[in-house]
Amino acid sequence: MKRCKVRDMNLYYRVGAERDLGTPAANGNPAANGGAGAAPTVNVRIDGRPIAVPEGTSVMRAAGLAGASVPRLCATEDLAAFGSCRLCLVAIEGRKGYPASCTTLVEEGMVVHTQTPRLAELRRNVMELYISDHPLDCLTCAANGDCELQDMAGAVGLRTVRYGYDGAHHLDKPKDESAPYFSFDPAKCIVCSRCVRACEEQQGTYALTINGRGFESEVIASQNEAFIDSECVSCGACVKACPTATLIEKSVIEQGQPESAVVTTCAYCGVGCSFRAEMQGDQLVRMVPNRDGHANHGHSCVKGRFAFGYATHGDRITTPLVRNSIEDEWRPVGWDEAIRTAAERLKAIQARYGRKSIGGVTSSRCTNEEVYVVQKFIRAAAGNNNVDTCARVCHSPTGYGLKTTLGESSGTQNFDSVMQADVIVVIGANPTEAHPVFASAMKRRLRQGAGLIVVDPRAIDLVQSPHVRADHHLQLKPGANVAIINALAHTVIDEGLEDEAFIRARCDMAAYRIWRAFISEARNSPEATAEATGVPAAQVRAAARLYAQAGNGAIYYGLGVTEHSQGSTMVMGIANLAMATGNLGRPGVGVNPLRGQNNVQGACDMGSFPHELAGYRHLSDESTRRLFEAEWQVALDVEPGYRIPNMFDAAIDGEFKGLYVQGEDFAQSDPDTQHVYAALSAMECVIVQDLFLNETAKFAHIFLPGCSFLEKDGTFTNAERRISPVRKVIDPLAGMDEWDITCRLSTAMGYQMHYAHPSEIMDEIARLTPTFRGVSYAKLAELGSIQWPCRDEASAGTPLMHVDQFVRGKGYFAPTPYVPTEERANARYPLLLTTGRVLSQYNVGAQTRRTDTVAYHSEDQLEIHPADAEVRGIVDGSWVGLKSRAGETVLRAAVTERVLPGVLYTTFHHPESGANVITTDNSDWATNCPEYKVTAVQAYPVSKPSQWQEMFRRFTATQQQLSEQALSEV
Amino acid sequence: MTVDSAKLVRMAEQIAANLAYTDDVPLVAARVADHLNRFWDPRMRHALVEIANGEADRLSPVLKAAVARLRGIIGEPAA
Ligand code: SF4
Ligand code: SF4
Ligand code: SF4
Ligand code: FES
Repeated sequence: MKRCKVRDMNLYYRVGAERDLGTPAANGNPAANGGAGAAPTVNVRIDGRPIAVPEGTSVMRAAGLAGASVPRLCATEDLAAFGSCRLCLVAIEGRKGYPASCTTLVEEGMVVHTQTPRLAELRRNVMELYISDHPLDCLTCAANGDCELQDMAGAVGLRTVRYGYDGAHHLDKPKDESAPYFSFDPAKCIVCSRCVRACEEQQGTYALTINGRGFESEVIASQNEAFIDSECVSCGACVKACPTATLIEKSVIEQGQPESAVVTTCAYCGVGCSFRAEMQGDQLVRMVPNRDGHANHGHSCVKGRFAFGYATHGDRITTPLVRNSIEDEWRPVGWDEAIRTAAERLKAIQARYGRKSIGGVTSSRCTNEEVYVVQKFIRAAAGNNNVDTCARVCHSPTGYGLKTTLGESSGTQNFDSVMQADVIVVIGANPTEAHPVFASAMKRRLRQGAGLIVVDPRAIDLVQSPHVRADHHLQLKPGANVAIINALAHTVIDEGLEDEAFIRARCDMAAYRIWRAFISEARNSPEATAEATGVPAAQVRAAARLYAQAGNGAIYYGLGVTEHSQGSTMVMGIANLAMATGNLGRPGVGVNPLRGQNNVQGACDMGSFPHELAGYRHLSDESTRRLFEAEWQVALDVEPGYRIPNMFDAAIDGEFKGLYVQGEDFAQSDPDTQHVYAALSAMECVIVQDLFLNETAKFAHIFLPGCSFLEKDGTFTNAERRISPVRKVIDPLAGMDEWDITCRLSTAMGYQMHYAHPSEIMDEIARLTPTFRGVSYAKLAELGSIQWPCRDEASAGTPLMHVDQFVRGKGYFAPTPYVPTEERANARYPLLLTTGRVLSQYNVGAQTRRTDTVAYHSEDQLEIHPADAEVRGIVDGSWVGLKSRAGETVLRAAVTERVLPGVLYTTFHHPESGANVITTDNSDWATNCPEYKVTAVQAYPVSKPSQWQEMFRRFTATQQQLSEQALSEV
Repeated sequence: MTVDSAKLVRMAEQIAANLAYTDDVPLVAARVADHLNRFWDPRMRHALVEIANGEADRLSPVLKAAVARLRGIIGEPAA
């Protein structure tokens, strides 16, 4: 493959209609293919055309591949064949009757005819029955032009319907419009059950069933409830599967059928689903998951599928704003003035307080290219290394821990690898809420029989959900992660379950011996740690045996691992356990961080940490530094700069005065809100680049309007190191590309930065970063996505890491002493608060709160165990005051046994909840990732909001006034 | 830099505690110093050195030994 420029930009954007071959590829669902060898092929003739297809292929699929489309209604490539509609009959020479082509598999030498006069007659009869119970309002139907029933009536040449329309029918059934994003019109249902099967097979929620038999049968949600009240999680799989207008997007009903499509990547979570943005002119009609998407294989969740309304929300700011102090009104200005003002103020601060008095923060919501230019701007134009990324507060321990042990700061597998796992360990992650599309794949594998171990203080959905049940739920106390991972590893060594051959061949033996002695100490045994963890020793031992002996053991973990004072230690503990049991370097195993935001991996890869350059190379590495210095034509500072929390401390100290913030909302997302407020207030120039006047913008002096992902060209890198293209669907509302804003700011500061297109930024990244050397936009267009490392032009990427040897050479066992957090329950603060997210909202919620998704989650609630609630006089739905050593807030109670006695849980999607007013400034020892997951608190019934909340409301009202005038002028 | 020095000491002690898997003080101290050199802004290292010079008893023996090994960053070139 030759590195080439994307010559024809039209080709880069244009995609045709999605192909549907009717049944999945030979070995079941597409996700099952990860790493499996190719099946033997079978030769058949279809309508006279010879074709060779893999064994196990359906006749329908083979026909599609041979260019003959067999009529069908109940089959679609996304679902296993079902064989109910009888429209797909074919004639097979030497066989009696007419078998259904969707459920019949090819055999060697088979001769198939898809069209004969008899077949036509049979098919017309079938269609006649369907149409006799179907409204004939095609011209005004929302699915007109995208209805398979309509297509089939045409395809089989249906001309008359002999049965009257006045017999029994379903035509007057009422519509269900209760779900926010799609409608259900049972009058149009042909009971093909595609929706039911999509909800089971693809999504794994089992919200839909076919109720009744024969003519009476109908689709119902849960116990015949309205969709909004049912178990439906609004993933949209049934809507995509439905061949008629029965289940259809409300946006299509309102706007009509789309006429073109652009393939892009979801900007919400680290799964990184590929979508077709389907358009009418420059209007987005709907987002449909891309069947060819390598991370999601045609599936999606409610956020990526439906929650894009924020992009055109009235709160979007589309003109730059400036002001002198945060007490002043915002003044709308042109781009030139905004950039000039920003550059002048930053330069003035540097002149007065020194080169290191300013810095920048990159966002893991932004593209790789945007992140790259921000860190380049800080290092080259500001001349220091005060650049950090919001990944600091979520996955920085992953980087540190995996780099130390395995040699690369990333997960080891592709998502599809889970389909070969024999036992799945989920630690401190809640995939069904936070990584829903991956959770669906995981649940599919669990339904096939893989074992499941959940390590979490809370009974997350996976512990027990339809057809899924954890073998072990190690329900530990918040803060005891390292104790439990040590106890698991201790058991492996103690009971002789380690994979000696693997360790000898792949790991540093000197380090192993030190670790082995350490982990064998009695203090690490399940018995000795039981008190700290709260988990019975026998259960820990049983879980360790299951993981070590199942064959392929795969560990998935989330922020419940990293956001602790020992986050980095825990990540290393996980890697140790995987190495000790030989669970690395092949499909079905591995250590896999589930990344929160869409581009956490990418933001880290791009060198946004204060101590390292792109590709995780430390500033002290002379040859790397020289490489960048030569490319950038500037001298680099060799000392690490400030991390985000250090910036805040230094601001309060009066040393740090100017900050450029790319799409990041500290004032809501970072812990110890009052400390953050104080730090932001102490700065002289805060520049916020974002879609909305977010919480941080209330403290800003310059606001630069950014772009939603629909307005961007660039790339995101998901949790499996997959680089996927983000393509411009509409033009930037504020008239400026985000990467260009940064380049202009840099140029105005005196360091020239110019690119014609983000593909040139990627070319520069590839020149400077060995793991990206073979990446280019042309290759991305050709392959769809690329998993780094991609070390040269011939490489198509690397789905599995550490296959023959670890990236660091020999795997390193790092001793992991358990050091209890200082944040402990005591007489004053007897409860432990931990935090998390829900499916329908996204982090600080700046986007999802501005969509109809609020129908699912309109406020943050505090989960509390009935016993704790009762002694405090707290009842379900009442207001609860919450106090920690950092602050005080008020939330509404949800009394539930999901949490253990002594443990509280809340989400942080709404700023007025002030969840972070109570989280403290404790952090991970190695990376300063904040300890969101453990805060000692007291809870008590209250009747009014906390002081902080009242202050918040007043401050919000004032800031709103200060922006209103400015915005009404625009 | 004056920073909240209690917080600085707390963070440094946390590093020492997490790297202290053996009683071998010089070994642990070397690893702590290496960590501080690689990840801490020089101004924060400098502040730690000042604490060690003035109020050494605020630091644990391991941390004291580590601070003695910090890279020569004092007298950092002015901005
Ligand atoms: S939207 Fe998803 S969860 Fe809801 S019924 Fe359809 S497939 Fe099931
Ligand atoms: S709602 Fe659609 S997909 Fe479901 S059974 Fe009816 S026609 Fe088929
Ligand atoms: S799973 Fe994540 S990437 Fe996929 S659609 Fe949902 S939010 Fe987007
Ligand atoms: S498509 Fe084969 S029976 Fe319906």
